[in-house]
Amino acid sequence: MNGLLYLIPAALFLGLLGLGAFLWSLRSGQYDDLDGAAQRILFDDDDDK
Amino acid sequence: MSAESAPAADFSAFVRHEDDGLAAMNLLVEGIHCGGCVQKIERALKARPEVAQARVNLSTRRLAVRWRGPDAAANDLAAAVAALGFAVVPFDPERAASEAEAVEKELLRALAVAGFAAANVMLLSVSVWAGAVEGMGPATRDLLHWFSALIALPAIAYAARPFYRSAWRALAVRRTNMDVPISVGVALATAMSLFETMRGGEHVYFDSALALVFFLLIGRYLDRRARGKARAAASRLLALRATAATVIDVDGGRRTVRSDALRPGMVVFAAAGERIAVDGRVVEGRSEIDSSLITGESLPATVAAGDAVFAGTINLAAPLRYAVTAVGPDTLLAEIVRLMELAEQRRSRYVDLADRVARHYAPAVHGLALATFLGWTLFSATPWQVALLYAVSVLIITCPCALGLAVPAVQVIASGRLMRRGTLLKSATALERLAKVDTVVFDKTGTLTVGRPMLAEGQAHDPADLALAASLAAASRHPLALALRRAAPEAPVAQGVAEQPGSGLSLKTSAGEIKLGSRRFCRVAEEDGRDGPELWLARPGRTPVRFGFTERLRPDATETIAALKARGLQVEILSGDRRPAVARVAWALGVATWRAGCMPAEKCARLAELEKTGRHVLMVGDGLNDAPALAAASVSLSPSSAIDISQNAADAVFQGEALAPVVTLLDVARRAERLVRQNFGLAFAYNAIAVPLAVLGLVTPLVAALAMSGSSLLVVGNALRLTRGGRR
Repeated sequence: MNGLLYLIPAALFLGLLGLGAFLWSLRSGQYDDLDGAAQRILFDDDDDK
Repeated sequence: MSAESAPAADFSAFVRHEDDGLAAMNLLVEGIHCGGCVQKIERALKARPEVAQARVNLSTRRLAVRWRGPDAAANDLAAAVAALGFAVVPFDPERAASEAEAVEKELLRALAVAGFAAANVMLLSVSVWAGAVEGMGPATRDLLHWFSALIALPAIAYAARPFYRSAWRALAVRRTNMDVPISVGVALATAMSLFETMRGGEHVYFDSALALVFFLLIGRYLDRRARGKARAAASRLLALRATAATVIDVDGGRRTVRSDALRPGMVVFAAAGERIAVDGRVVEGRSEIDSSLITGESLPATVAAGDAVFAGTINLAAPLRYAVTAVGPDTLLAEIVRLMELAEQRRSRYVDLADRVARHYAPAVHGLALATFLGWTLFSATPWQVALLYAVSVLIITCPCALGLAVPAVQVIASGRLMRRGTLLKSATALERLAKVDTVVFDKTGTLTVGRPMLAEGQAHDPADLALAASLAAASRHPLALALRRAAPEAPVAQGVAEQPGSGLSLKTSAGEIKLGSRRFCRVAEEDGRDGPELWLARPGRTPVRFGFTERLRPDATETIAALKARGLQVEILSGDRRPAVARVAWALGVATWRAGCMPAEKCARLAELEKTGRHVLMVGDGLNDAPALAAASVSLSPSSAIDISQNAADAVFQGEALAPVVTLLDVARRAERLVRQNFGLAFAYNAIAVPLAVLGLVTPLVAALAMSGSSLLVVGNALRLTRGGRR
């Protein structure tokens, strides 16, 4: 019973971390070009220009 | 930059300046198919020292490039991309940034929150259900309920907003839609669960409410995305036509401006082959104007100084200067837009099936819940709190989860299938309207035909005559000359050919002048009974040779019309072209009902007439003269070669030369309609079983969760049959 008091918030925190990561990736435009992202991994040159 | 590859636009007009001093420009790049193209373009641009950033979006075919230096560099950059073999067109990201994209992102965020919350609350709920069997104490249960409430309340407040908003909009105009029972169900379930949590009750429905929101958001997001993709593709086609015009200033200087910046009185230059940007009057030059997209006329008309030219037509033969006479609301275009708006207002009264069902469903469900509450309080010793609990469980169990998925699931799959076959579905309700169609009305030029004439068959020409004519024809952009050229592509290109716009071509040789052109130009005796477009080849000392042309039908037009008739549909042709041309096509295709010389308003009137007799008309057209009819018909389709405004007015756009997509579209729509009805049937069957249980108070949260997920899966599974059936 006491364990729950730690475990549930811990589980929720981890879940929120995932949710936050998703929302961040959405905001930073990582879902704007899904077709392109699939292809870019095959490019040779790694410059960020 | 060589003259023939000169871009239509001056790109520096589209340059923006960013805060860090960089110049930026967005381009639409057509012809990108794979990652290789992306890499090629990005590499070519990044190799230039001034370029700070170049990034191609493969999904939207957009290129964003930022560089240090003058605006004029824009033209070099665009030319560099064009040199790789891609067509580039500037576009304004602010104008292109669509509301649809923002809505899609909001749905995705709501979906993420709902998914997170639903999963966590479900975990807690499973513990409670397991605890009920294992003998969990009430204190632990209450703690778990409190945690559920903590997650569910903010999540529902955030994630269910799209439903609240839509429900509110419907209620504000005193109507009801599917979102009204959804909103009421979710809100009541949450409120009651909170109340139960506070008084230490046994059953809370946070998981049901969240699962409901999660499932419905999935349906809503998929629906949006499928249509958003189609819309993006359609707008990409449109943007490729975005024009800039070359203005000639008083001092004779030339500059490029965007066509929306043109003002009456300005003198605009149109090179041969260029599209006329606005309505105007020719001040200098003599040329031929192809107005097939505007009036449906298949042959070009000759214009000279003083004649009117209209936006959207194409200048074929020689350079023209024209003074802008009308912009904005005064143009022919605006007149047609007004006709269209009128027609669209009429059509927007169409209510889709889901909302029609909701109209009866919502009152029935709410009535049933009320009856449950009153029944338990009046006719039994049950305390009112428990009666309310039962009433709310009726609302939860009847919450149109499956209904909310029944239509979008089918639509997503249907529009995905159509998209793979080159048909873009733009309107949400188009499939439903298509399924009802019993009459198909075609425009002729550009719809049944490919809008390009071709050399008529059955004329016994001496190959040498044809080769000579074709070598002269190479000098002209006139549609008939191009057709000759296509008939004899290997003929050498004659040098020194002079074109007299509106008359023909002539070539001076040592033996005398060779002429290719109209009957009068070649001095042939008048009328000999043969009609239709023609060219004559006249040589000194020899009888002139006639080349007759016909319009080329789309390759599968005959089969398509036959297939439509085989499905019991009535087929008609409404064309703006001259009588004989329309009669020929109608005869060739076996269409009995046709009208020629129709003005846009007449086309609309004919459609209204048909609809008055109870017919549901699918209008297929491409010209500006079809646009009002496209908007007026119960559903409409246009080829991707159509003018922008027609593509906007149409519910669906098909690509390619074949006409078969018309049949495919109708078939898919009918199958989809059947599946939607089956899905509704399944959803109602589920309700018929679950509702009595809820009314009797037998639905626990566990039962509700199982029933809801089960019915949703069933409906989605049924929708998937659409893909399977199509592969046969």
